[in-house]
Amino acid sequence: MPEYTFRVNGEQVTVDVPGDVRLLWVLRDILGITGPKYGCGINVCKACTSHLNGKAINPCAIPVQELRPTDEVTTIEGLAATAGADLHPMQRAWLDHDVAQCGYCQPGQIMAAVALVRRVAEEGREITDADLDGLRNICRCGTYFRIREAIRAGAAMD
Amino acid sequence: MTGPHADDGIGRRRFLGYVLAAPTLVTAAGLDLAPASGPDSAASVQLTDLLDLNDLMTAAALPTSGLISVEVNGDGTVSFALPRAEVGQGITTSTAMLIAEELSVPVERVRVTLADARPELVFNQLTGGSNTTFATYTPIRVAAAVARLRLLAAAAAELGSPVTDLTLRAGTITDRSGNRVGIGTLAEKAAGTRTERVAVELTPRRNFTVIGAPHNRIDALDAVTGCKKFTMDLDVPGAKPTMVCRPPTINGKVGSVANLAEVLAMPGVTDAVVISTGVAVRAETFGQCIDAVRALRVSWRPGTVDGKSDESVLRELKAAELPLGPRPPTPVVEGTFTFAFRSNSALEPNCAIADVRADRAEIWSALKSPIVARQAIAARLGMPPGQVTVHVVEGGGSFGRKLFFDAALEAAEVSQKVGKPVKLMWHRADDSRQGRTHPMATSRVRVAYLGGVVLGYEQRHTSVSTDLGHGLGEIITAMAARLPVGDIGFAQTFFQLSQEMPYAFGVVGQLLSETGKGFNTGSMRNVYSPDVACARELVMDRLAAKTGKDAYRFRRDFLRDDRARAVLARVAEAGEWGRPMPAGTAQGIAFHAEYKSVSAALVEIDCRPETVNRPIRDGVSGPRVTKAVFAVDVGLAVNPRGLEAQMMGGVMDGIALALTAGLHLRDGHFLEASWDNYFYTRQWNSPPDLRIIVMPSTSEQPGGAGELAVAASTAAVACAYGRATGTMPTSFPINHGTLSFTPKPTVPPIPPSPADGLDHAR
Repeated sequence: MPEYTFRVNGEQVTVDVPGDVRLLWVLRDILGITGPKYGCGINVCKACTSHLNGKAINPCAIPVQELRPTDEVTTIEGLAATAGADLHPMQRAWLDHDVAQCGYCQPGQIMAAVALVRRVAEEGREITDADLDGLRNICRCGTYFRIREAIRAGAAMD
Repeated sequence: MTGPHADDGIGRRRFLGYVLAAPTLVTAAGLDLAPASGPDSAASVQLTDLLDLNDLMTAAALPTSGLISVEVNGDGTVSFALPRAEVGQGITTSTAMLIAEELSVPVERVRVTLADARPELVFNQLTGGSNTTFATYTPIRVAAAVARLRLLAAAAAELGSPVTDLTLRAGTITDRSGNRVGIGTLAEKAAGTRTERVAVELTPRRNFTVIGAPHNRIDALDAVTGCKKFTMDLDVPGAKPTMVCRPPTINGKVGSVANLAEVLAMPGVTDAVVISTGVAVRAETFGQCIDAVRALRVSWRPGTVDGKSDESVLRELKAAELPLGPRPPTPVVEGTFTFAFRSNSALEPNCAIADVRADRAEIWSALKSPIVARQAIAARLGMPPGQVTVHVVEGGGSFGRKLFFDAALEAAEVSQKVGKPVKLMWHRADDSRQGRTHPMATSRVRVAYLGGVVLGYEQRHTSVSTDLGHGLGEIITAMAARLPVGDIGFAQTFFQLSQEMPYAFGVVGQLLSETGKGFNTGSMRNVYSPDVACARELVMDRLAAKTGKDAYRFRRDFLRDDRARAVLARVAEAGEWGRPMPAGTAQGIAFHAEYKSVSAALVEIDCRPETVNRPIRDGVSGPRVTKAVFAVDVGLAVNPRGLEAQMMGGVMDGIALALTAGLHLRDGHFLEASWDNYFYTRQWNSPPDLRIIVMPSTSEQPGGAGELAVAASTAAVACAYGRATGTMPTSFPINHGTLSFTPKPTVPPIPPSPADGLDHAR
């Protein structure tokens, strides 16, 4: 079988798997990195949201063969390290606001939130209600309001 | 039996608990200690006054309860295996708080896990009916109080001080000279060498320091770091990914498979086998399972509702409606409402791990009725139940779905057939199309009035049958004969027990009739109440208008008790009821009582065209709830912060049920196969302004909360919509008449995995 090499949470990994297997399953079923969750498999629910070179991606929609050896995949497990701390400011905000209920969507929510804050900062502006309305991540427990509060707080801490 | 002792003379009740023989301190209590409440008043006529669902579930368990135990460990932590399922509702946190309160240890030192299926608990390991805190509030505290007593006695011996000179604080016992010993050090010394009964008093409410104070979830850190483990995250050796190719119509069966060998030869595939619900494939990765499911060529036999559609089911419902009775000679207000099928899919799809061997089976899944699941799995496998171990895993949401164990049964069947462990997952499309639903229903209401007096209220709720065959049904069946409701089945009993009429409306009659088997239904969060309350509250608005009254004051004037009036007044005040609003926007207000709790919602909605038609890619925009204020009185709030979270979730459910979330039935299958088809509330539908008001505690006993908020929220949104548009809505969700997506094919049953993810990096 072909081998694919890329970086995950700061470490180089090589996997032996057919190239069309989506990154989500490479992470979860082969590498045992289970922070990114399955919620739909068709890039709708966003429960698997992770980062590729700092940008939000959905690994359920990326064949592993599309990754290059220098590509850096960050999952929720590796987020804190990108801030050089035990917890990323967004994770702290999430704790402060006690956002999670069942917790299943929350890794994806946090990864999407971090990418949103970065995008908005790059545009040199504040987060708006429209930005928050634009988040597509589903939370079936309905934690949306605390998510909005936490993102605003996390952006301020950043 | 254990139970409250007679008054000890100072007005404090004593409870009996146990010290169990064990190497470390283990104390216990019967789960039968929850107080049953009597009638509110002699004049009451409603069944819900005599007994509600919580009492029923609690009372049903009385003769058969096992013990629940608290264990003090050598490292100063305290362990407790909760015989309930945590699915997001926060019961592990509230349980840790109960133990922390009674044992004077920090909440962080209490380790709450979920108990495996314990058949000796019989009916007392079912998570449903918003019953957990109600049923476990006293027993858990009694077990912890026994531990406290034993630790103090052991410390007295250790420190050489009388117990009366000792204080236990933050897990450390101190005597008057300042000598200290931690409870971990005492855990072995305080242990029982034989099982003993011990009488204890519980901390009075006025001395609470933990119960009633807001506390963040004990699993929050795990949740935000990705460490929280759900079923599919468990690493059970050999349990490889497994999925099922499912039929194109509901509950169809496999006829034959044309290419099983071909699929077996696909990359990564290890097994392919026909099972009772479809064709199962096991592979190295779920991605390869998806490809294999899509490659299967199956000829299918019919399902259980082939040919049926929304229109034909509605005709069946109409035919099954019970008459409202003769029309009275007085003026009446009437309304007829229709509610579409709805999905109670959680974000975590149905899933389970099974390792079935020749002489034993082990199952892991988020199960709210694990004892019934164990029995059913044993029967399916042809094994004695004693050979089946069922582990309850924390669930990624439930909303009623995890009362059933469909995935666990399938996983067991597949594992037995292939002779290997499996990790079985439903695709989202499976969950939406073949999963459990809240059944389609109609509700008809007639209110007779004369001047300012309401003479009578009749409601006929007609529903496709709700499957209660997960244990709750058995409880109600077992108890039904003891209730003053005559010879009615358990669905009707459930309906009567859950539908309290909060308004003083003279003669009240609320009846349920059910029809139409063959659908995969279940109790969806708050079961009948969102529909029943929505219909009732819309008619309330119409009645208020007819009699020239303000919708809020009208409700307040007819509410039957002070707690009810207080929550309603609170939202009216906090939400500025009656404030001027632009045309096309409006407020709505509604009330609901259930689970010994009362709640009220006030919402503001924007139905102006520029809002309704705002562009959302692959989503439904529609009217926007711009603000919601929700007040709740659960009697005694154990964890106000968790309670607030449950109310927030309930409000989001109510918005979805009223405005956007429905399933379309066509030709024996549901069209929805994705979260972009079934429109549960998304960020763009959620109110940017949301306020939850937890009322000061009014009772010694917590009521139920997990499902409570859905009914009043659904109703308030519907009422606001009616006021903003000038037309009372009669069909829900209001967008059901418009199909807002292109349905996915049913063959193959699941969509392909996209490959363009890199194009969307942002």
